[in-house]
Amino acid sequence: MTTLTKESGAGAPADSGAFLSVRDLYVRFKTEDGVVKAVDGLSFELERGKTLGIVGESGSGKSVTNLTILGLHNPMFTTVEGEIVLDGQELITARESELEKVRGNKAAMIFQDPLTALSPYYTVGRQIAEPFWKHTGASKKAAWDRAVEMLGKVGIPNPKERAKDYPHQFSGGMRQRAMIAMALVCDPDLLIADEPTTALDVTVQAQILDLLKDLQQEFGSAIIFITHDLGVIADMADDIMVMYAGGAVERGSVNEVLRSPQHPYTWGLLNSMPRLDSDLSTPLAPIPGAPPSLLKPPSGCRFHPRCTFQGEVGGARCVDQLPLLPAGRGGACHLTAEQKQTIFIEQIKPRLR
Amino acid sequence: MLRFLIRRTLGAVVILFLLSIVAFLLFFGMPRDPGLLMCGKTCTPANLANIHHVLGLDKSIPEQYGIFLHNLVLGSNGFTQGPCPAPCFGYSYHTNEQVWGTLMDRLPTTVSLTLGAAVCFLIVGLGTGMLAAWKRGTLVDKTVTAGAMVLSSMQIYFLGPLALAALVYQSHLFSKPAYNDFTANPVSWFTGLIIPWVILSTIFASQYTRMARSSMIEQLQEEHVRTARAKGMSRKYVFFRYAWRGSLIPIVTIFGIDLGSLLGGAIITEYTFGLPGLGKLAVESVFFSDLPLLLGVMLFSAAMILLFNIIVDACYAFIDPRVRLS
Amino acid sequence: MKEDVTKDVTTGDSTLPAPRAATDDSSAEPLLVVENLVKHFPVKGGFPIRRTIGAVQAVDGIDLTVHVGESFGLVGESGCGKSTTGRLITRLLEPTGGTISYRGQDISHASRKQLTPVRSEIQMIFQDPYSSLNPRQTVGKIISAPMEINGINPDGGREKRVRELLEIVGLSPEHYNRFPHEFSGGQRQRIGVARALASEPKLIVADEPVSALDVSIQAQVVNLLQEVQKELGIAFLFIAHDLAVVRHFSQRVAVMYLGKVIEVGDRESIYTRPRHPYTHALLSAVPEVELNESGKVRRERIRLAGDVPSPISPPSGCRFRTRCWKAQDKCAQEEPPLVRISGNHDGHLTACHFPEDPTIEGRDEDIVLDPALVALEDAPEGH
Repeated sequence: MTTLTKESGAGAPADSGAFLSVRDLYVRFKTEDGVVKAVDGLSFELERGKTLGIVGESGSGKSVTNLTILGLHNPMFTTVEGEIVLDGQELITARESELEKVRGNKAAMIFQDPLTALSPYYTVGRQIAEPFWKHTGASKKAAWDRAVEMLGKVGIPNPKERAKDYPHQFSGGMRQRAMIAMALVCDPDLLIADEPTTALDVTVQAQILDLLKDLQQEFGSAIIFITHDLGVIADMADDIMVMYAGGAVERGSVNEVLRSPQHPYTWGLLNSMPRLDSDLSTPLAPIPGAPPSLLKPPSGCRFHPRCTFQGEVGGARCVDQLPLLPAGRGGACHLTAEQKQTIFIEQIKPRLR
Repeated sequence: MLRFLIRRTLGAVVILFLLSIVAFLLFFGMPRDPGLLMCGKTCTPANLANIHHVLGLDKSIPEQYGIFLHNLVLGSNGFTQGPCPAPCFGYSYHTNEQVWGTLMDRLPTTVSLTLGAAVCFLIVGLGTGMLAAWKRGTLVDKTVTAGAMVLSSMQIYFLGPLALAALVYQSHLFSKPAYNDFTANPVSWFTGLIIPWVILSTIFASQYTRMARSSMIEQLQEEHVRTARAKGMSRKYVFFRYAWRGSLIPIVTIFGIDLGSLLGGAIITEYTFGLPGLGKLAVESVFFSDLPLLLGVMLFSAAMILLFNIIVDACYAFIDPRVRLS
Repeated sequence: MKEDVTKDVTTGDSTLPAPRAATDDSSAEPLLVVENLVKHFPVKGGFPIRRTIGAVQAVDGIDLTVHVGESFGLVGESGCGKSTTGRLITRLLEPTGGTISYRGQDISHASRKQLTPVRSEIQMIFQDPYSSLNPRQTVGKIISAPMEINGINPDGGREKRVRELLEIVGLSPEHYNRFPHEFSGGQRQRIGVARALASEPKLIVADEPVSALDVSIQAQVVNLLQEVQKELGIAFLFIAHDLAVVRHFSQRVAVMYLGKVIEVGDRESIYTRPRHPYTHALLSAVPEVELNESGKVRRERIRLAGDVPSPISPPSGCRFRTRCWKAQDKCAQEEPPLVRISGNHDGHLTACHFPEDPTIEGRDEDIVLDPALVALEDAPEGH
């Protein structure tokens, strides 16, 4: 690892602020049915070496946000506004050639389904080696050796031989390991993992999650971990951001968000999730309704059509007014702090036993 | 891979065998008497019987087929016109030439026409198609797409005579299409075929433009292509290494079919430009009800299509390791 | 040897005290009895003529009993044969061997005609709510189809019944004339449930019915199924990979691995007192939200190495032995029978030569078999 020379790193300004900062991000897609407001005014920050877990259901904008960070959205149909600053570099306005230097080098990505995310036409070794020779200027031979080393590191037995295999010759778990090797080959400062274990079996998922944590210790990367599974996020993240319908509704540390959640949507998620130790005499408490269409998101608080606590707020504020998410710890909800506290203690917490 | 090729070749032989039975029954099992064609206007029953005897038509259909197959595989000395080495399709009713010899005489024309056109339409078609995919949504893309649309609705029998009229008869810019032996005079070989090449490939290229564009665009949306971009590989690299490789499969498939059927005879093109290839031969043999020749042309075309099917499948294995290793 | 074990298991099972949800008459005659069920899918290959050269041993001799009105959970990872088992029981597939008895009637090789009356009583709910509904049919038509096929004519007509069913599954009766694409994933799954209910089944085989749904919607469908099971007394064979969902829904649970049932028992016993090392590994792999700061039992940490072996050539003896930390020579030579081992509750059967202690609490030392994890986790000590 130490042999690796990088363009940034030591020369970068000291941690004056966040290592990654996303401000007022708006992402819109043009579709045949209209404009999809995929991300609608999102801001968050991530410190060096930390793990941010983004939780949300399908269509919450969690994946889109992260594709946008690396500029991997399709510019033909997408408009992006706002500011994404990674280690002092503004990425939304950055030229393609500059983005190419960031991708796979300073910030790498792991995708959900390693079978479709790896090319069937090239060997695993080559696919891992590519970003290495591209970003470090190493010879193809050196890059290949590096790929073999990385495969060994992520636990592929007999890496020298297996590097010559094609992805379809790997099992599902091994393919995801190869993906991780590919993402870490240039020792990135930021790793974006988009549902990396959703397609895997539970015992393999446990291996991969532990592997990611252990590798984070060694490589020191910051991780954005996207998932719909609160259990996985509890296991992986330092901080959590809960997303709903294109915006963040709650954020805080893992303990804060999971043990004293402050948004009705987070309450709903926790109450609707079956657990291995929950009381079987209380049925699950699902969130009523379904996630909204982002072609026409609800007015005001986007969660209000499914929220059971609207009455507590009084008036039509939930329908008219978008609640703001405070910086740092907090939830975007019109309920007062006292109300939240009471509701959580009286109605939500007892169900979590 | 070798096993695969052997298995496919054996399969192709079986298909050809079945096809030959069907074709034979179709031509010789029909109620219409092929002998009458040879008999001429002053046909007496005695003449007809004689012809039947000479052509072997007085034997039962299975017997006739048995002889046909025997001749095809082992050759025959039983023809009055002379010896007929394998593969023997007999002698033409019309010209009294050996069918196989005739096929081989006509083949170079068709091969020259096909290969020359194929080089043109592949380069032009794939080039424009990929250009359109690269510049998707821009004016270049729209122009190429519209152009391909117009050209693909053209027909040889419209463009061909038009080109002849404009370029040869009116302006005399090009020489009249003709087939000249390559080994004898490469230059006249080239000049004689240039117009058929251009016209044939114009029509084919538009199809390849559209296919290359759509399959490149489809590939560019694949997840593994996105992964390659997420690794920081340049757009050009991703385009030509990742997306291109995947879009080869449909292109090779269609190219194999096109090449196979063109080599079996580009009927309309050859007829339009008066080139003496297999396609023209096929038309002539139908014209003269020249059954041995027709059977020969037909089986030869079928063999070409099967051959290119096997080549295409072998190409799949070359392009896609998943095929190769399974 | 193996035959004897099979006998033991089934007789033993039916004389056991009935599990919680099953009523008295259920212990008299189980609804569904599966004995030594086998399904092998042929593998083609060879040269020059392709022929069968092997078999995917998807299901390889399993025994199950489902009682009237109970929910029986089948858990396991991909390739363990749980979905194939579901398809065999609904007879979408024909078994290679063994028997499936539905209320005493052997349906393992029953013809289409013989199956007709049974088909109306055994229904299926599928994983994908998008592809399991015909997009060209109205909801009304989809739900009434089982009634038409089985010649069921409820009082007041089929349309009235369909509207009732729509209400039961939490949709509006006005949805009768809509098409599937007008509904969200969760609503489509409700339509699937209504369709399954239309023929008044006694048993519903639900193959991963919630795994394609969002978390907040999952709970809606689980609750619906729970109501259906309890209020209509319909038995469920609930197939899922999510252990927490299965625990929530099923009174008895069987754990499958590579075509075999390796452990079966009632929910409490399986989830708190597992004996098979694989069950231990599965449970410890479930990522859990720790909601309380204190008072929580630290769960054991077991990290297996590698993936599940190929079902074309499964390991000899115990199939789990290649990934098991307790494996010895015996495991390779002898297949462990699925029996009640000492210390197990009634009806809790385990197929293991060297069972683990019946607890899921953390151990003194984690069991980490994954070589990469071992290498990374040992490294800091060297520094």
